[in-house]
Amino acid sequence: MRSIRKSFGNVEALRGVDLTVQPGEIMALVGDNGAGKSTLVKTLAGVHIADQGTIEVDGVPVSMAGPQDAVRAGVETVYQDLALCDNLDVVANLYLGRELRSPARGPLARFLAGKRMSFEATRILDELAVTLPSLRAQVATLSGGQRQAIAVGRAVLWGSRIVVLDEPTAALGVQQTAMVYRLVRTLKERGISVVLISHNMVDVFEVADRVTVLRLGANAGVFDTSTDKPSDVIAAITGSDAITAAEGLR
Amino acid sequence: MSATTPAPRSRVASLLRRDLGLWPVIIGLVIIAVGFQLANDAFLSSRNLSNMILQTAVLAILTLGVMLVLLLGEIDLSIGAVSGLTAALMGVLSALAGWPAWAAILAAVALGAIIGLIQGGWIVAFRAPSFIVTLAGMLVWQGLQLLILTPQSGQLRITDPFITGIASSYLPRPAGWALAIVIALGAAGWVVLRRVLTSRSGYETDPIARDVIRIVLGVGVPIGVMVILDGYFGVPYLLLIVLAITGILAVVTGSTIFGRHIYAVGGNIEAARRTGIRVSSLRVVIFMIVAGLAAIAGVLSAARGYSVSVNTGGGNTALNAIAAAVIGGTSLFGGRGTIIGALLGALVISSVQNGLALLGQPAATQVITTGLILLAAVTLDMVARGRRPFGGLR
Repeated sequence: MRSIRKSFGNVEALRGVDLTVQPGEIMALVGDNGAGKSTLVKTLAGVHIADQGTIEVDGVPVSMAGPQDAVRAGVETVYQDLALCDNLDVVANLYLGRELRSPARGPLARFLAGKRMSFEATRILDELAVTLPSLRAQVATLSGGQRQAIAVGRAVLWGSRIVVLDEPTAALGVQQTAMVYRLVRTLKERGISVVLISHNMVDVFEVADRVTVLRLGANAGVFDTSTDKPSDVIAAITGSDAITAAEGLR
Repeated sequence: MSATTPAPRSRVASLLRRDLGLWPVIIGLVIIAVGFQLANDAFLSSRNLSNMILQTAVLAILTLGVMLVLLLGEIDLSIGAVSGLTAALMGVLSALAGWPAWAAILAAVALGAIIGLIQGGWIVAFRAPSFIVTLAGMLVWQGLQLLILTPQSGQLRITDPFITGIASSYLPRPAGWALAIVIALGAAGWVVLRRVLTSRSGYETDPIARDVIRIVLGVGVPIGVMVILDGYFGVPYLLLIVLAITGILAVVTGSTIFGRHIYAVGGNIEAARRTGIRVSSLRVVIFMIVAGLAAIAGVLSAARGYSVSVNTGGGNTALNAIAAAVIGGTSLFGGRGTIIGALLGALVISSVQNGLALLGQPAATQVITTGLILLAAVTLDMVARGRRPFGGLR
């Protein structure tokens, strides 16, 4: 994403923001409230349309006119509410809205290919090393981490190359958080790029490769988690004096 | 004493705190059957059960329809009025305009679908609550029914032999037996086939006991019903119509993509929308199906009474159907319920009313009892789920 600009009325939410993610890279996106994280991510998801700027996937410019364009370009966003149907089982949620169709079809009805969906779901969840009590378990009965895993699994199953996770561990306990970290690393191993929005510096330095900091709708530095310190990132977020030191790293 | 009481109580609580499925309504039906049989041994006679099937048919079709709307988390209060108005249209076309029976029936069902289109379209287009839109609809359709039938002094006799024949004809006995045997063999064969295919594909199969129960029910119910009906006039056409509608809706809700989307919209409409399900058109289609089924119920109601009047579809018709769906395990919050449950719920209401009438109880007792059963069913359901719409941990 290059020089993305977006205004809502008089408010300039994004003032020319860049965001680059390599294949198989985990990029954290951090910033204070109102820094423009959500707006940027929603632009990437096709929910907001940028006023200016370009979005390229694999070097090909993508015109984002709606969420369907993002999906077609291989960008899946897992929002905080996860968009799961609590009354349906795991398989039904993984395939929600894109159910596989049985070859046996009636004159009017399109039948579900239940076996094939169960089979594929088992495979993908095994690959992601997600353990669930049963594929037929109602999602309402699962833990927060398992629910997050299903939402992520859905993005993977649908063949996306960029997965955006919005605060995935915000509501989770220690064990569940570890499970989501593992899941994110598995995505990376599969060559999927991950954009991780987070408020939690521990989160960020635990899993991310690089960190993009936004402040007041503009870039405030890109950091490498293997060489930079959390304090540098925090300084960039708050805009304190240390930002001058951080600027040199861009 | 005080040290031992908590343990059994918590065990009961944990037993209750799970999805009870169809068990409450099945156990309820057994209690009804045994109780009324003890009070009056005519209750389980072939004659009474055969009549009960006829009495259930109209309510059952309305219940199956309204259950679909409840699955979406919506409601349709107009189904009674729609059945009355469409029956009135059929009556006028058949008895006064001299239309052939099939054309009059088709026109009634088409009117039902159009009414559903109007109501569903209104709800979707203006984001209006379905409770209000269908309440308004109920009043308007009732008014139109009154307008049509007032010149006929409020009542129209149905004389067309085809229409009245629907409600008073029976399958020849050999055909009835053949059908019952085909259904029984088909049900048993299906369970076995599914088990073989599932285990061959390496996927987890259901416990063997559950499949055995399925086979016993799948064979026992059709044969048992046939034995009972054979003691009177055989299989009524009305039963065939109800079974056909039940079968189609059970397949649609359970095995098609459309059906899956109904449950998805009822479970989380925002999630359904975001994953690309065409929520608006789905909701409109469901309202059309419901009103279309209400029209079929209206036609059958007129056929059974040999007439259509200003009272057809009036009174408690719609509310009884909603009560039956809820007794059958349908959630008013949307996303939960089964077709078979709805059918059994309708059977609960009509069997209680039949039983009380058999004991010479007045209508007042029947209405009060229906209300209390509804209350008991909902309370049991709420306790079982810990007051959460889908149960579970959160």
